[in-house]
Amino acid sequence: MACERADTLVHGYFDNELDALRAAEFESHLEQCSECVAALDALESLRSTINVAQPYEKMSPAFRKKLLADLHVKAATVSFPSRAKTDWRWLAVAAAFLLLIYGGWRVASLNRVDSRETLMASKIVDAHLRSLQPGHLEDVISTDQHTVKPWFDGKVDFAPPVRDFTEQGFPLQGGRLDVVDNRTVAALVYGRRKHVVNVFVWPTSEKDAAPRTGSIQGYQWIDWRKQGMEFYAVSDASAPDLQQLQRLFSN
Amino acid sequence: MSNPVQGKGSDVLDSQEQVRFETLVLPHLDAAFNLARWLLRSRADAEDAAQEALLRAYRFFYGFHGGDARAWLLQIVRNTCYTWLDKNRKAKDMTEFNEEVHGLPSPSPETLAIAGNDRDRLSEALKALPPRYREVIVLRELEGCSYKEIASITSIPIGTVMSTLSRARRQLQMALGNAAPKEATHGV
Repeated sequence: MACERADTLVHGYFDNELDALRAAEFESHLEQCSECVAALDALESLRSTINVAQPYEKMSPAFRKKLLADLHVKAATVSFPSRAKTDWRWLAVAAAFLLLIYGGWRVASLNRVDSRETLMASKIVDAHLRSLQPGHLEDVISTDQHTVKPWFDGKVDFAPPVRDFTEQGFPLQGGRLDVVDNRTVAALVYGRRKHVVNVFVWPTSEKDAAPRTGSIQGYQWIDWRKQGMEFYAVSDASAPDLQQLQRLFSN
Repeated sequence: MSNPVQGKGSDVLDSQEQVRFETLVLPHLDAAFNLARWLLRSRADAEDAAQEALLRAYRFFYGFHGGDARAWLLQIVRNTCYTWLDKNRKAKDMTEFNEEVHGLPSPSPETLAIAGNDRDRLSEALKALPPRYREVIVLRELEGCSYKEIASITSIPIGTVMSTLSRARRQLQMALGNAAPKEATHGV
């Protein structure tokens, strides 16, 4: 009584996976096999049950964003050396061109400097927020400056001044690579009571500068330049806390 | 299709490969998540697995020489999920069963309100299938994969995709309680 084809071939037919010859054969079989007709009906009804239930699960927009951001950071961080040759040449041409236009239009005004700094600070705060996502804070976890400092060797082309300030209330927690404004920077992670402080460091050719402070979205930042290094510390700790950390770094 | 997760892989894609990766692989993120979601039966686990699979795909993209990028990515997702299931099964054997940890999350009231009972019933029935059956249903009915794609994603020989689907569908029909009489009496 049981028709073998009702178990197998009917699926191939239902899924359009039979070649023309076998499909035609099956169709003529269908005309005389009620079992296969019933099986085909059951498959139709199963598919419509599934379609009505809409079980397809998409990722949440927030997770998609995070996933793409991770990939982007990874790509930007790791491919920096191999892409340098081709990309930077174009970037340099583009940058020179933009500078030329910009410089032609207006000389440096205080206004412009301000907006540029605000932009930079908001990028730093973004990087800080990104680092607070689970598993993103440190690449090297250590409270020992002699572990953290060598970790950066070969990963960045400068030696970030890694120092532990546990006794002064800013225990070193670790470090990681980050990308800020298209450049690879060293990020040093400190604790301040319950708060996390990110100190971003990268080399600069500009001369030393006194600290400037500000706040964005409730996060404090402080920026200073010393001995060829640009420092940006950012945290939800208080502004005096960051100023204290800045003084520790400058001593 | 070669196994995408053998060899050391590369941490670096040059800019051209980067663009290729973004055009070929990234459009299939939802497919990747959906498969992981149904194989692991939890959104949180699926997010972790999707993330791991995507990084693996990124690292091994040099080994992808054209063809069906969706099938290639889903193959990696599937392998990642099975490794995951394997690991959790071992952990489960060692600890006592704990509903907090191992229990399945029940659908939220909002979901039920929107979809009524159909969605809930199907979801429970799907979750109850063995993973090997669940994956062919997801690939065929949700993802619309051809038998050839199913074969390459799941490593089932192409000749047995049809019979695997047949068994999977029958079990799903029975779980939903609308199996044809013959199937109900014969069992699986």
